[in-house]
Amino acid sequence: MNFWLRLDSMDRRWVFLMMGLAVAIPILWIGITGRTFPETATPAARDVFRAIDSLPEGSRVLFGFDYDPASSGELQPMATSLMRQCAAKKLRIVCIALWPLGGNLAQETLAEVVRSDFPTMREGVDFVNLGYQAGNEGVMKVVLTDFKKAFPVDSRGQPSNDIEILKDVKTVSDFPLIVNVGAGYPGNKEWIQYVISACQGKVKMVAGCTGVSAPQLYPYYPVQLAGLLGAIKGAAEYESLVNEAMGGVPAPKYLEAQRRMAPQLFGHLLMVSLILAGNGIYFAGKRRPQR
Amino acid sequence: MTRQGKTWLVMCGVLAALLIARGLTGEGLGRVYVKKVEVSLGSEQVAGAQGVSQTIWKEVPADKATMKWVEWNQVAPKEFFAARAANPAQDSISLSWPRTIGLWLGAFFTLAIMSFLYADNIAYKLAEATVIGVSAAYWMVIGFWETLVPKLFGALTPTLVSKLVLPSLQPSDVVQQISMWVALVLGVMMLWRLAPRGGWIAAWPLAFIVGVTAGLKIVSHVESDLMAQAAATMQPIVEVVPSATGGTDWYATTWATLANALVLVGVVCGLVYFLFSVQHKGVIGGAARVGVWYLMITFGAAFGFTVMGRIALLAARFEFLFDDWLWLIDPNHLRS
Amino acid sequence: MILRRTIPIWIATLGGFVMLISAFGKPIEGMGESFAEVFNVIAAIAFVLGAGSLLKANLTKISRRDAGWGFAIVTLSTFAVTLIAGIFKVGVNPSRDFPLATFSGKQTTPESPFGWLYEYAMVPLTSTMFALLAFYVASAAFRAFRAKNLEAGLLLGTAFIVLLGRTFAGVILTGWLPEWASGLRLENLSVYVMQVFNTAGNRAIIVGIALGVAATSLRILLGVDRSWMGTGGDR
Repeated sequence: MNFWLRLDSMDRRWVFLMMGLAVAIPILWIGITGRTFPETATPAARDVFRAIDSLPEGSRVLFGFDYDPASSGELQPMATSLMRQCAAKKLRIVCIALWPLGGNLAQETLAEVVRSDFPTMREGVDFVNLGYQAGNEGVMKVVLTDFKKAFPVDSRGQPSNDIEILKDVKTVSDFPLIVNVGAGYPGNKEWIQYVISACQGKVKMVAGCTGVSAPQLYPYYPVQLAGLLGAIKGAAEYESLVNEAMGGVPAPKYLEAQRRMAPQLFGHLLMVSLILAGNGIYFAGKRRPQR
Repeated sequence: MTRQGKTWLVMCGVLAALLIARGLTGEGLGRVYVKKVEVSLGSEQVAGAQGVSQTIWKEVPADKATMKWVEWNQVAPKEFFAARAANPAQDSISLSWPRTIGLWLGAFFTLAIMSFLYADNIAYKLAEATVIGVSAAYWMVIGFWETLVPKLFGALTPTLVSKLVLPSLQPSDVVQQISMWVALVLGVMMLWRLAPRGGWIAAWPLAFIVGVTAGLKIVSHVESDLMAQAAATMQPIVEVVPSATGGTDWYATTWATLANALVLVGVVCGLVYFLFSVQHKGVIGGAARVGVWYLMITFGAAFGFTVMGRIALLAARFEFLFDDWLWLIDPNHLRS
Repeated sequence: MILRRTIPIWIATLGGFVMLISAFGKPIEGMGESFAEVFNVIAAIAFVLGAGSLLKANLTKISRRDAGWGFAIVTLSTFAVTLIAGIFKVGVNPSRDFPLATFSGKQTTPESPFGWLYEYAMVPLTSTMFALLAFYVASAAFRAFRAKNLEAGLLLGTAFIVLLGRTFAGVILTGWLPEWASGLRLENLSVYVMQVFNTAGNRAIIVGIALGVAATSLRILLGVDRSWMGTGGDR
């Protein structure tokens, strides 16, 4: 039997095994050596960095956590680096979530970045977690007219009216920038559709999204979205930008996305090889005389 | 025994042997440690907004506390190793059996789902049945505590809700109360669908949902996806990009102009392809064909990004197995 | 007829127009918010409907001893355990700010049985199910991704550029290209593909969807489209 025919009749479980190994071995290798690949930031990631960097110290940022632990493999590295840049820039961070578990992830990110590396920031003054609010687009409609009505209390149950950081906040327009990390519905697209369009240029937005939703968000960049981090690659690019700006040797928690690029590389190479092999079989079959 | 049965046996045997070998080397594997935190709270009266006195609760020494409980916070294993090295009899950090069992259960479920790649089997079916049950209940619980309690019961039975759940509940006005009564009635009508007769009653709440969705979507889609997208497509025919020295960057200008033109052509041709009320012949046919090319490139990009996303999720699952469960790698330095 | 068809159409029209006008007019802005809240509460109550259907389907399976009825018992048991743990906030400490309110704590903390079930059952199960698609996409790409014509070739070529350009492979394969030809490096090509061709293609789709949504919504608001009622059909 010739090579192409044998390849064609290969059990698909061998393909599964190859994919498993292509992803698993680099994870072990990176996990043991701690080495990562260098990253060059693309314009979309650089624009996210610039949008945050250009804000004056003390500006308020609305930070949305619209994802859950199931997609945190892709999105948590983005949230961590975004939070780090905001804190380093001395911006005042207001966290919200339209996904039930987003409130918990905001709490974890605040603990991991702000509480541990920026201990001078005070809860309620420099940052606050308003937690999860049910209602999807309904909540977005309300923040346009009365922010505190949409988020009446913070995650501890304290009334929003008594929180220093929200003192002169009336509507979402009082935030010059929305940073949203989203995995699906409701998420980045809905923020653009219901809030950014309605604010007519008063509020900018940068977004981090999963690989599946990234292509659908590109048409909104750079007009409706000031910057976009697409999939783990976007996270790795932005992570390297923030690490470079911060200087020094980054802690392992600030290298998560860059570590994930190794399995990504070998997984993608395998995919390309499989497509080439599949086409090899196809064209070899076409050349064979039909009986 | 069939060949498949033998393969399963070998795979399970190899996995068990590797687990035992891993368990016997170094610090072992798959354990979760927790730190005991005793919460002691005492109340204090302070002047709140508009001069009304209010009760706030603060951390106080245990002997002055009026409310006490114990919390168990997860810590990195290296904290346990350090505490044990300093004092072998310490009990502030200890092994958490519930979380350790949970970790192993998580590993079992991960492997059970992955086992479907070889063939359908009882472990996969068990995992599948579990995910259906847990997720259905999860969304019910979230709906109950996050929507029904604060919004519906908060408006209809505010005293009870503020006493048991949300002491900072804002009082609701008459409009809110009326709207929540309407919501309750429509919600009950919705449940009528489960009754053997009178299913049409559920059409009223369905009508409300359909109508509100239509009204909500029409504005956002026209404003954000039609007008704003059309405006973003209409860019200058020649976009001059200034260079760093103050002149014109001709390379960037050429590229920006070309990119604007390509986007315009792509959007127009793509829309022509979606125009099904006109026969795709002549100029329209040519434009539609160009539109198809653009769409194919779009789908190719979507494919690439989807692969990227799925591999990232797979990498996260493998990291869970290798790092959290098997302790083979330690990228976040949690154990050393 | 009035109860079954006319009133539902009027409810849909009223709900839709209130939401539509509330986007433009301050006077009924509040009414739009109230309608949105009613919508959310009905949606939350609809989860009960979903649970009812789940119970009905699985109990029928068990009573008939259909194939796999044992797994139906697992589904119902995990459903009941999760529901009880979550609704009664079993093992959840009250909030530190309001310790006297018994149910003020969050049920999603991992110390509670509900949080435990989420973290150790639901997260591994759902994320592994999504991750499994990486394997099936690989297999499908090997079996079915063929450059049979120009269109398929474009799709395939773009996938190559994106897959290689969005990893270090792009740098390895085309990093040697001189500066004047840097536009042809895979990582730059993938940026052009995303910002020009993908943007144009997806924009056409988005605009098409927006037009479709606007048309369908108007038909519903004006009572022309009644297909959502199931048995009606369009006029």
